[in-house]
Amino acid sequence: MKRRDFLRKSVGAGFVAGTTLSFTGYNKLFGAELPETDTPYDLVAVRGGEPEAMFDKAIEAMGGMGNWVKPNQSVLVKPNIGWDVIPERGANTNPGLVRRVIEKCYEAGASEVVVFDHTCDNWRRSYQNSGIEAAVNAAGGRILPGNDESFYRDVKVPQGRQLKEAKVHELVLNTDVFINVPVLKHHGGAQITISLKNLMGIIWDRRWWHRNNLQQCIADFGTWRKPDLNIVDAYRVMMQNGPRGVSEDDIVMMRSLVISPDMVAADAASARLFGAEPHQIGHIRIAHEMGVGTMELENLSIHRIVV
Amino acid sequence: MQTRYLKSFRVIISLFFLVVSTLIFIDFRNSFSEGFISSFLFLQFAPSVVKVLQVAGLSALGFLVILLLTMLFGRVYCSTICPLGIFQDVVSWLSVKLRRKKWPYRYAKPHTVLRYSLLGLTVVFMLFGSILILSLLDPYSNFGRFVTYFGKPVALGLNNWVAPMLVSGGVYTLYPVTLPAIRWEVMLFPLLMLVLVVWLSLKYGRLYCNTVCPVGTLLGYLSRFSLLQIYIDEQACSKCGRCDRVCKSSCMSFRDGSVDFSRCVACYNCLKICPDNAVKYSARHGRKISLIDKDYLPSPEKIDVTAKPAENPVVDDSKRSFILTSLLVFFGINRFARAGTDDIPEPEQDTTIPEKKNYPVSPPGSVSLKHFNSACTACTLCVGVCPTHVLQPSLLEYGVGGFLQPHMDFHAGFCNFDCTSCGEVCPTGAILPLSVDDKHVAQIGVVKFERENCVVYTDNTSCGACSEHCPTRACDMVPYIGELTIPEVDESTCIGCGACEYICPTRPYRAIYVDGNPIHKTAERPKTERVEQEVDYEDFPF
Repeated sequence: MKRRDFLRKSVGAGFVAGTTLSFTGYNKLFGAELPETDTPYDLVAVRGGEPEAMFDKAIEAMGGMGNWVKPNQSVLVKPNIGWDVIPERGANTNPGLVRRVIEKCYEAGASEVVVFDHTCDNWRRSYQNSGIEAAVNAAGGRILPGNDESFYRDVKVPQGRQLKEAKVHELVLNTDVFINVPVLKHHGGAQITISLKNLMGIIWDRRWWHRNNLQQCIADFGTWRKPDLNIVDAYRVMMQNGPRGVSEDDIVMMRSLVISPDMVAADAASARLFGAEPHQIGHIRIAHEMGVGTMELENLSIHRIVV
Repeated sequence: MQTRYLKSFRVIISLFFLVVSTLIFIDFRNSFSEGFISSFLFLQFAPSVVKVLQVAGLSALGFLVILLLTMLFGRVYCSTICPLGIFQDVVSWLSVKLRRKKWPYRYAKPHTVLRYSLLGLTVVFMLFGSILILSLLDPYSNFGRFVTYFGKPVALGLNNWVAPMLVSGGVYTLYPVTLPAIRWEVMLFPLLMLVLVVWLSLKYGRLYCNTVCPVGTLLGYLSRFSLLQIYIDEQACSKCGRCDRVCKSSCMSFRDGSVDFSRCVACYNCLKICPDNAVKYSARHGRKISLIDKDYLPSPEKIDVTAKPAENPVVDDSKRSFILTSLLVFFGINRFARAGTDDIPEPEQDTTIPEKKNYPVSPPGSVSLKHFNSACTACTLCVGVCPTHVLQPSLLEYGVGGFLQPHMDFHAGFCNFDCTSCGEVCPTGAILPLSVDDKHVAQIGVVKFERENCVVYTDNTSCGACSEHCPTRACDMVPYIGELTIPEVDESTCIGCGACEYICPTRPYRAIYVDGNPIHKTAERPKTERVEQEVDYEDFPF
């Protein structure tokens, strides 16, 4: 038994008092599916407002955050914090949106909300300059490091075609609810990056994916663990030079937000906002074919809100 | 004044300098601000001299303060500010405690020829534009290397042992940090020096400072003329010999009542121990005060004139490259051997075309290889401060003259676009500070793309990792086949940050890499066009 496992079990046994994370999330690893949530729509899209206001409308239309977060559950909110750039550059998830999502989780009774990303640029600088560290702290959540291999655990991806295993951050395994909060933007390698692609921030070895059919790996990983809810920030959308961007010239004020429990549907709708056809985006098409979700938006019940 | 208390005063100040210097070099969480570090290190003698010679900046006149202090009080730099000196005191103190030796030292003759030869060699090398000997002997730089190479791994080990326990309890105050491993070849010389310094201080107190250290020898020479000096008042002295036996510089001879003040490191042990109050620390009666004696005191201008290597460097490149080649053959190492930090599953097929690199890459702000190599004393402070760990100590990447100087190791990390830390802390001016705006166009190297090594070309799959990380669009993805895009590089906007090389997944050779600029250039700013798009907020395209 590894020291870490021992310690974790000790903690689970109440050996150490005052711990804050609960470990019930492990159940999901052993095949116990989440109970189907009863939501009025498959997807809600909002346009024309500020990120916070659009999210309030969207989550209200979806029946409230209580559909996903039950009292005393721990929540992982995973924004995109990949780059050491300011919010105006649209390379990271909007900090105001992140803050509001965390606040809603606490309103629904969450015991704790944690946030991390395996950043591309230096993590301390990215957390700080993205504005997300301040946003998380202001909302009472905790932003935690993700840039050391020791945080990552081996998992199997049984349904993966190319990707059979991955190393996933322990916070994904240790929390009850997983909320994916990507930002919609252009991506030089993967065409665009939204919900599916944002999960590259919870795994350790991204280079292997790049080396071994990136689009297939992204879709494969979608079969491992679907986030409970996907909240796509399409407020400031980087239309070119993604995913890092060069200047604010790359940005279009799209003022939109898409939420859905289905990653593929959220990505398909967001791709349309971007001006792309979902089936043209490799990983969205493959994920659809593999049954990760559906990109056939016409078969979904969609609620559209203009603010 | 009660000179007995001077020792306690000295101990308190010296421990402050030792502890803070150590923490600055250990700091793997970047807790200290660059401004604090650079003002704290302002008084370090050798870096300050080098900085003044290299950049002639008034901000670097810390060494003048030290010269003045030396002319007043003797070698207080050695006893309170020099971290290596205080480190030796700690080692000696431990040794004395452990061996329970009450009278550990005794008078010894100075190694006059050796110490002045080493000082002379240091100066002559600097006159010829090489900072090598100073780098090898400078106490501050040696101390920096000791902490970085040996102290920091211990601190990290402790951190990484405790942090996971806290983390699994949900406490992230400490978090594990993994740093690129420093190659063993790089650690050989610092290890040798560490053994030498520890051994000398265990056996002979401050013998290193009075024999090997060029700063000690120079300040020692000056302190012969300082205002206040230690001397023995023969009339009060009862010849008990205590002062002689507690003098870690072995410079007090109680038998003939003489003090070799050039070797005195102003530790004041003798002042405290003397039962007769016969050891004095004052302007010596009847002696001409040297501060006003022009013959004795070399003015700062004189030092400037004798050593201006930056403007007139004479570098024998053929000899340098001969020695380099011989050493490389001897050690059997690849010129661009890197920190072995990559832990990547085997790719299906290895790349076949070797990277063609002509020059190593020196950090942004270092102007040129020539400037950097002639001004860096390899204290490795920048290595510790660098948040992305791209700065790593080199072995012979720069040639023998650049022994141990840090270089940009793009297999260990890449240079963060908006970061200017290394230039802000560099105490010698080897790396000059850049504004963030200037940093954005400081071209330290240029990108090279080997299409036939690229994943997109060999496997017909998407990648784009290089372009993803490029902050200036010097590496852009252009249409290839179908949905696929492939990198296209533009050297004019590349700044050589190495993000593309760092993230490129192909092995053993990368499809994209940076070749150093021997003289740094200014890159063009990336041209972008504003995206013009009308957004209809009432239209949902689904």
